[in-house]
Amino acid sequence: MNNINSQVLISADNIGVRLSERWIFRYVNIRVESGQLVCIIGGNGAGKSTCVKTLLGLIPVTEGKIEKQAPLTIGYVPQKLAVTPILPLTLNRLLTLGRHRATREEIAHVLFVVGLEKLGNPSVTTLSGGEFQRLMLARAILRKPQLLVLDEPLQGVDIANTDILNDLILTIRDEIRCGVLIVSHDIERVFQDADDVLVLVPHEHDQTNTDNPVWNRSAQ
Amino acid sequence: MSLLDDFFVRAMIAGIGIACFAGPVGCFIVWRRLAYFGETIAHSSLLGVAMAIIFDLNLVIGIFASASVIVTILFFLDKRGGLPTDTILGLLAHGGLALGLVVLALIPGMRLNLQTILFGDILAVTRADLLQVWLGGSIALAVLLWLWRPLLVSTVSNDLARVESLHPDRSKFLFGILVAAIIAVAIKIVGVLLIVALLVIPAATARRFATTPESMAIIATVVGVLSVVAGLFASLQLDTPSGPSIVVGAIVLFVISRLIALLLRR
Repeated sequence: MNNINSQVLISADNIGVRLSERWIFRYVNIRVESGQLVCIIGGNGAGKSTCVKTLLGLIPVTEGKIEKQAPLTIGYVPQKLAVTPILPLTLNRLLTLGRHRATREEIAHVLFVVGLEKLGNPSVTTLSGGEFQRLMLARAILRKPQLLVLDEPLQGVDIANTDILNDLILTIRDEIRCGVLIVSHDIERVFQDADDVLVLVPHEHDQTNTDNPVWNRSAQ
Repeated sequence: MSLLDDFFVRAMIAGIGIACFAGPVGCFIVWRRLAYFGETIAHSSLLGVAMAIIFDLNLVIGIFASASVIVTILFFLDKRGGLPTDTILGLLAHGGLALGLVVLALIPGMRLNLQTILFGDILAVTRADLLQVWLGGSIALAVLLWLWRPLLVSTVSNDLARVESLHPDRSKFLFGILVAAIIAVAIKIVGVLLIVALLVIPAATARRFATTPESMAIIATVVGVLSVVAGLFASLQLDTPSGPSIVVGAIVLFVISRLIALLLRR
């Protein structure tokens, strides 16, 4: 699905992260272009979240290089987020938190896209896990991102809603034509829809450089 | 004779000023679970008291300077991530308190009444203190307003704030300095041991009545002012130390608010 006019939003060249003497991951190559859906999958402890955080610039690389298009607006939905109940926040407030302004139409539109338009404006502590994930997704797309980064968006979402959220992510990609980087362990859906898949496996000790633990579809 | 000649009026104006600034700052203290952080700044400020006496500095400036140093040390130790945050806080809180007490004991001819520092003393409030409270507090509040949005986003998620270029580390550090300023100006009235109560209790009382972060800050401010007024009158009437009286006032308001909430739910 490489369009002629697609741009490389972010690319990582042979990156690796070592935290307190242990390599979390190594030899990772990944590239996301506008309009692409790229998935990172892997089991527990394979370094999926660390990899995504490294790409976002939240964790420094130990080796390798990351290049980003500048400027790059990123919409990020972190993993397993919970708002402390002592902070009073309503749905609309969390949606626009951190922004100077968003028009009524923009807010209504993103809520419609994620299917939260009928909820009104309840306190966020009353939202279910799936509703909260969709709200954070709405907040991310309200930023009109060039790159949407979702860290396990299907975690804590029941099976019926998994399909809805999956379709939603594709709809968003096609509507705002952003690149989407998604961390998932839902392998079947990922292989159907993704333009590229990065499979992370737990990094073994004392591996030589030729031993590449990463399988990358685009590299084949 | 000016109204400000009355020690009680001065204490009241200073106390109300502190409550106004402690309300919004206290909300962030509870939202970000920083009560022990506040406690650390307060405890270690005894070192600032000792330094102020040795170098013949203004007490508030001495406390603010030492507290800022503690905040800076804390910030870098926490970033290095070698020890858990509450362990670092424990080291600095009690290290600062103990060192401050030892240094104070070593000063020859020291006539400072420790009780005044620990529990506050309304008799001690001067006109210069009033200026410090309102000027320092206003600057602190202006900085807090400037930091409001990035601090709120990083309260929800630090990573989110970084990805959205809101510089959460800078906000966190400046917020620490701001807490140091509030504690420095409040110590004369409320005392080292109880200042954190004036930050935490009104915010906890306000939560039940608030639907937005801003309304919680405003309600916490009102609750704080009521606590100060009630506590200072009680202190005058019953000849009790001002700090504990104010905190008892805040606790009474908290309990009343809980009872009202319970009755309303029926």
